[in-house]
Amino acid sequence: MTLFPVTIHHYLILSALLFCLGFIGIIIRRNLLIILMCLEVMLNAVNLTFVALARYYLQEDGHIITLFVMAIAAVEAAIGLGIVLTLFRNKESVRTDRFTAMKG
Amino acid sequence: MQNMNFILLIPLLPLAGFCLNSIMALLQTKQKEVTSQITVSRIACGSVLFSFLLSCAAFFILFTEPHVAALQYPAFLEWMALEHFSISFGFLIDHFTCIMLLFITGVGFLIHVYSVGYMKKDPGYSRYMAFLNLFLFFMLVLVMADSLLVLFIGWEGVGLCSYLLISFWFTDSEKAKAGKKAFVVNRIGDFAFLIALFITGSCFFSLQSETPSAENIFHFSYLAKNASVLIPHITLITFCLFIGATGKSAQIPLHIWLPDAMAGPTPVSALIHAATMVTAGVYLVARLHFLFILSPFTLNIIACLGVLTAFFAALIACTQYDIKKILAYSTISQLGLMFLALGVGAFSTAIFHMFTHAFFKAGLFLCAGSVIMALHHEQDIRHMGGLKKTMPLTTLMFLIFTLAISGIPPFSGFFSKDELLTLVHSQAQYASYYWLALFTAGLTAFYMTRLFVTVFLGQARFATTCQPQEPPSSMTIPLILLALFTLGTGFLGLPPVFGHHWLQGWLQQGSSVTAHTAGITTTQEFFLMGLSVGGSLFALSLAYVLYTKKAGLTPKFKTSAKNVYTLVFQKFKIDECYEFLFVRPIKFFSEHILNKNIDQGLIDGLFVNGMAFAARFFGRSLSFAQTGLLNNYAFYLLLGLTVVLITVVLM
Amino acid sequence: MADYLFYIFSFITVLTVLLMIFQKNPLASALLLILGFFSLAALYILLHAPFIAALQILVYAGAIMVLFVFVIMLLNLKKTVSPPDTGWIKKTLIFLVGSVLFLFFVFAFFCIPETLFPAVSEGFGSPEKIGELLFSKYIIAFELIDILLLAGIVGAVLLGKKET
Repeated sequence: MTLFPVTIHHYLILSALLFCLGFIGIIIRRNLLIILMCLEVMLNAVNLTFVALARYYLQEDGHIITLFVMAIAAVEAAIGLGIVLTLFRNKESVRTDRFTAMKG
Repeated sequence: MQNMNFILLIPLLPLAGFCLNSIMALLQTKQKEVTSQITVSRIACGSVLFSFLLSCAAFFILFTEPHVAALQYPAFLEWMALEHFSISFGFLIDHFTCIMLLFITGVGFLIHVYSVGYMKKDPGYSRYMAFLNLFLFFMLVLVMADSLLVLFIGWEGVGLCSYLLISFWFTDSEKAKAGKKAFVVNRIGDFAFLIALFITGSCFFSLQSETPSAENIFHFSYLAKNASVLIPHITLITFCLFIGATGKSAQIPLHIWLPDAMAGPTPVSALIHAATMVTAGVYLVARLHFLFILSPFTLNIIACLGVLTAFFAALIACTQYDIKKILAYSTISQLGLMFLALGVGAFSTAIFHMFTHAFFKAGLFLCAGSVIMALHHEQDIRHMGGLKKTMPLTTLMFLIFTLAISGIPPFSGFFSKDELLTLVHSQAQYASYYWLALFTAGLTAFYMTRLFVTVFLGQARFATTCQPQEPPSSMTIPLILLALFTLGTGFLGLPPVFGHHWLQGWLQQGSSVTAHTAGITTTQEFFLMGLSVGGSLFALSLAYVLYTKKAGLTPKFKTSAKNVYTLVFQKFKIDECYEFLFVRPIKFFSEHILNKNIDQGLIDGLFVNGMAFAARFFGRSLSFAQTGLLNNYAFYLLLGLTVVLITVVLM
Repeated sequence: MADYLFYIFSFITVLTVLLMIFQKNPLASALLLILGFFSLAALYILLHAPFIAALQILVYAGAIMVLFVFVIMLLNLKKTVSPPDTGWIKKTLIFLVGSVLFLFFVFAFFCIPETLFPAVSEGFGSPEKIGELLFSKYIIAFELIDILLLAGIVGAVLLGKKET
């Protein structure tokens, strides 16, 4: 539809939407793995922002940053899953409402 | 006015004695036998002796140089420097002060020497000597004050020392209570004194002076010059000052502390409650005679209260059995006579009577002390008697003092009391006071003779295990000296019919105190003299007869007039009235309202515990937010982020 | 033409993410997320970022999500037979706050003046261009990322060790 051409705003709104959805997902879900997945969603939303703006300002620096974010996300996912494994070994559950040792 | 620096030493020497002796007293509690009683005695008596010698020097200077109005050591310490006035401390010795100094330091020295013997075996000896010196320091500050404020410092100080010395044996709760009672009643008087000071100060402060000057508004000469400023409030000021004097000099209604104050050692009673502290009230009124003259209303009240006090105290003394209590009521009665003299305007007569009274009353107390010590602390006269055989010297001394207080010539008491009565009679409006005062003089002779006869004459009624002997010479020599003074000081104030009234002339020099002449004829004077002497002799012989020959009459009288007798014996139940009216409500209020409700309930409960409770409550309620759930914390993150971002945008 | 593609792929992305959040079965969530990453990669291609798109598929969909699936399988997580996660009051509240944040972002993004995408040059977003930047301007960051990867490897190995 050339009536409503896709502008930078479309991409930015999309990424904002994805970010908020990911955040809400973290708050709502109790399963630790789902929480981690929502975290990945948030990071991807940020990636989308960077790439869109790189396209808008015609600078590949946005791509570089996206590259770095991906690398960090990978490391973080690895470590996070390692922690989930250790937690599962000790507590026999991945539900966050079992981990209330910090209560009070 | 001449500046003399040595007069500063007169109060400072006893103060130095106090400091040294209190160090000795403190050392003594740590190690026994470190300090010797001789050192303490030497320090104490020596400092007072030197004060006495310096007072004699001051007297000599004033005596030989009539043009000198006063010796002063002015303004050696400045306390406040306000816009128009300054308040500073200084000392002043004029003719009136000089007389006071002589007998305060003189009698004080004799009593110090007596105490060396009396308190020899007491473990708190150094403390006693220290307090005695401190008392002398404050008394000297009081009489040497050049302004009302310095006088007030001395005033408070003697009250403090009186408390310290009355409750000297404070391990006995009765004695401690007596000390407390003395201090509290004194305080009531002090409160009135303070109000008088405040009113005086405010009268001067509201005066706008054109040029700022550094005048000391409480200085006596300043007050004398500017007394007209105080005229609108003069009645209130003088009345409040008189209430202060009432508290200090044990007049009705604040006389209740003096009989209880006999719980202290006998030399203390002699010094403080006979010769010096209780005369501070008389001193105050006489000093400020220029203010009191402006307020005839207050003078009326002073005369009325004085004569009533004299009468009632004499009545009570007739029925008491404790030797020291009889002497205490006798003191109250004589002070009442002094205030009567002040009230009729005869200021120099009051001073004369105060002067002679100091000697014979101190002598009476010291004799009583010798008797008490000889009979191993027996104070009830019903268990004494027949001491004439074993203690002849004390008996003679006591006889001399009794005759003096009864007003028999040629002892000093006659001259001062007679002058007092004559001057009261000469003022027509005080006629009834004269007859009452005359009757009181008769009562005085009566109960003093009763005391003498019961203690010294007749059969021995004390336990046979006591062997009363004469006290050691450290105690008898002061007695002898006091007796000599009692014989001699009367001649300082000879009435016009006999000769020159030296004291009146002396006091009028430098316009210290105004004096009165009766303005009556010689025959009238002789008539009044005969009346007073005759009355005293009659009472004396009546008492002698009643208590030696017709010993059976007094018990019959007691049973027949039982109610009246009981009332008088129980001191007209004034102590019980005060207990009911004042002490109990205050105690109840303090205990139940102030302590339980306010202190425990409000301050402890609301402020102290309430703070803790509030902290715990808020902490606990906030801890509900810490669930330990990851999701909740993530939500808080979101919330915080949103809030911060929106706030930043809105700013 | 490109506009249609944008709408289609953005719709797929949002839909998969939404579905992923509300799935009971974690494995289903993981697979849905893989699908989402694929459509995101398509969006990257639309934005003339082929290298990033390739990396997205390789790294995210191919490595990270596979790791997730491994862990889910390892833990043997069944369908979560549990009471609902949060009550509906809380869900409304969370949705409200979330939408406030979203609206804020929208408001912020409209600061950029509304213009169309500029014309893109040849080789924009190609690996050559990215390599040029990476090894000149961002060389230090590149090396640091390297160290970070090393740390991650060490950490993962340590955490994964079996307790003996």
